[in-house]
Amino acid sequence: MLFFRFLGRSFLSFFSYLGSLLFLALEAGYSVIRMPVRWKLTLRQVVEVGYRTQMVVMVTGAFTGAVFGAQTFFQFHKLGMDTAVGAVVAVSMFRELGPVLTGLMVAGRVGAAMSAEIGTMKVTEQLDALRALGVHPVDYLVVPRIIAVMISMPLLVAECVGMGIVAGKVVAVDLLGVKQAYFMDYMLKFTGARDIKMALTKGACFGLLIVLIACNQGLRAREGAVGVGQATTQSVVIGSLAILISNFFLTLILNIFYPAGV
Amino acid sequence: MISVKALTKQIGAQKILQGIDLDIRQGETMVVLGRSGGGKSVLLKHLIGLMIPSSGEVWIEGRQIVGLSERALLPIRKRVGMMFQSGALFDSMTVEENVAFPLREAGIRDGAEIRQRVDKALEVVELTGHETKKPENISGGMKKRVALARVIINEPACVLYDEPTAGLDPVVSDSIDHLIRRLQKRMGMTSIVVTHDMKSANFIADRVAYLHEGRIYFLGTPKELMASGDPLISDFVRGRSHETI
Repeated sequence: MLFFRFLGRSFLSFFSYLGSLLFLALEAGYSVIRMPVRWKLTLRQVVEVGYRTQMVVMVTGAFTGAVFGAQTFFQFHKLGMDTAVGAVVAVSMFRELGPVLTGLMVAGRVGAAMSAEIGTMKVTEQLDALRALGVHPVDYLVVPRIIAVMISMPLLVAECVGMGIVAGKVVAVDLLGVKQAYFMDYMLKFTGARDIKMALTKGACFGLLIVLIACNQGLRAREGAVGVGQATTQSVVIGSLAILISNFFLTLILNIFYPAGV
Repeated sequence: MISVKALTKQIGAQKILQGIDLDIRQGETMVVLGRSGGGKSVLLKHLIGLMIPSSGEVWIEGRQIVGLSERALLPIRKRVGMMFQSGALFDSMTVEENVAFPLREAGIRDGAEIRQRVDKALEVVELTGHETKKPENISGGMKKRVALARVIINEPACVLYDEPTAGLDPVVSDSIDHLIRRLQKRMGMTSIVVTHDMKSANFIADRVAYLHEGRIYFLGTPKELMASGDPLISDFVRGRSHETI
């Protein structure tokens, strides 16, 4: 009996959380369409979310591409398929690793900062002050962040993928001796616009998820420093899980529109 | 101006407000007194729609605000300002940006006009020369005065003050009391002030409401309050706890 009660409560709280996310998304959608966008704040967020996250994302992409290139070479070398390394690295970076790793990095760096900032504003009554001054918190805090993330994420994904492929090439061609002509030829043969579209679409979806989860956690933060800490931690945990889980479904759906292969 | 009818608020098992009825007239200063944890700040937040009551009605200028959406409340809140106990200044902005915030949000883009109105508001609260400071670099009293400047810059019809003099030295407290009185006299602002400070209440109040256990226990003029023989009120007014060493 106790188990079923626990199960029921968990389901209820899960759906209640999804409801709060949906409500925030609808409110933000209404704001984007009906209310004036604060472009100055949006630009500031683009700098924070996009510009200042580049280094983390590029380093992550580069080393993942390098390791992936090396591991692929070690396995494929046994089968005499060294030349396929470029294609494998590029397709993997575009379709899976680039968007997912960028999403995880942005959730960790940007999502946490957003939750902490909005959560602190909540517990210090700054959100109430905003409302008391006749300003909707979603218009002022959430919408500029959503627009900034939607602009920045595809660019960050592109940087991550680009660095991954370049690093993969350096390791495979320059360090491990794969012939550059074959590496490039196979890479270009097996990689196309469909892969780029998939990467950018995934990046935009993950960006939306990250910013909604982060802002929602901040807006729901309970009183005190502990509440802000919990909101920040949950933002990163929920954001990361949401990216990994939604990636599976996005892969299945997007593969219908942008099928892999030649 | 503001009318509260049978207002109740329950959070969990705790009944914070238990049927408040209160009418605040246009242009008057109403002081809400009561012991700590008595629900004064909660009442204030209901008056501007920052909290949703369990039951009851709140009317502002003839409009019932309970049940209105957050967006529908926004224009009403521009007519009724609130000064928070902590000041609630935006810590990412300077003093000047905080005070200018309501003007920019109202769509004013003329930099000269904004600067002139900010200067005037800061002059009223005696904070000229502190424009470029961040909230973390000014004292508690200064924060409250900046918050007050931010509230009055758009000249709302009514201002709600949550403990405007709490934690301030007597001189700053007195200057804030005078400021509240001045705003009422010069601009005809309606004021609702939550405080523990009897000296301040006596100076600024036209009427006083004493809140006890979630109900209005006393409503009258400061003179009537001081003359009351009720032990509960008498103890509060004179600050007696009846404890012995």
